[in-house]
Amino acid sequence: MKILKNSLLLVVIGYMAWMMFNLYKDYDSRTALNDTASYYAEIGPDETGAANLVTSVVVTYRGLDTLGEVTILFLTAAIIGLLLRTEKGSRLVPLRASSEFLITAARVLIPMITLIGVYIFINGHLTPGGGFQGGAVLASTFILLLISISNKKLGHRVLEFTEAISGFSFVLIGILGIILASGFLDNHILPLGKFGTLFSAGAIPVIYSLIGLKVGAELSTIILEFNQIQGKEDEVS
Amino acid sequence: MKYLEIEYISVIAGFLLLVVGLWGIISQKNIIKMIISFSIIDTSIHLLLVAIGYIRNRTAPIIDSAVNKSEAVNQITDPVPQALVLTAIVIGVGITALLLTYALKLFRQNRSLEINQFNSLKW
Repeated sequence: MKILKNSLLLVVIGYMAWMMFNLYKDYDSRTALNDTASYYAEIGPDETGAANLVTSVVVTYRGLDTLGEVTILFLTAAIIGLLLRTEKGSRLVPLRASSEFLITAARVLIPMITLIGVYIFINGHLTPGGGFQGGAVLASTFILLLISISNKKLGHRVLEFTEAISGFSFVLIGILGIILASGFLDNHILPLGKFGTLFSAGAIPVIYSLIGLKVGAELSTIILEFNQIQGKEDEVS
Repeated sequence: MKYLEIEYISVIAGFLLLVVGLWGIISQKNIIKMIISFSIIDTSIHLLLVAIGYIRNRTAPIIDSAVNKSEAVNQITDPVPQALVLTAIVIGVGITALLLTYALKLFRQNRSLEINQFNSLKW
């Protein structure tokens, strides 16, 4: 029985590997951009005003994708909250207090890491970076806060409020694009400004900052949910 | 030697990681190991996408002192796969978090993470 199972596994994996090899065989490195990418490279900087073309693709040309993605992240956080908050028969286990080193280091580091996160998502249209990366950095601040000051209540409320407000504003800016400019999530509702400066690219920095806040709040919610169950131990077993 | 260039190495590494991850999902009995295999597949696909968008001797798709605005078409790599990977990473984080939550719930119910112990739907 075991031999049969293993040989079946080998056949399946071998078949997969053969399929992958066929895909690899036809692969040839590219020497030029395709039509879509050429359009983004030629027209993109003038049309959107963003120096970082990846940002112009993520926020403007494929902005609807990004909206859907942020929605998926919100759904994930909501489902995790739903699954983990309905723990029955659990009692609180007292956690060991954080050490002096950790608390002091966290007090020094938290403002700096927050500043880096905000810098990353505000400059998303100029430098490598953007809302998702900056949001992840903000969530890492939250982890530090959680492990250093674990006895204090960290509010769900603030996170939910941030998340809701930024998500709502994101959709609102998208709808403003329909009214004031040529389409949903169009960034021409604000003046494009001088190319390559902080206040340029129309609504892109605003949208990316909102995405950054939203992603940071959602990742923090997920971490908070996971953190809250570690202090509980269920009675069964 | 053509096949020692970075994009060929990246593509073959991506496919290898994909096969390794599939093997892990099929053969492993522990749920945590299956989740790790899923993450390996996730990473392999990111690697593949970025490798496919890469063009040799070109730079990142950001217009600055290194890239001339009018010459950008001949100087930058493909921005679209990079944007897609940016999306995929975040979705991957969300899915991994969900999988871990389900694993936790299963552990709470059966006090076990071995997939063989979950036989309530087996006949």
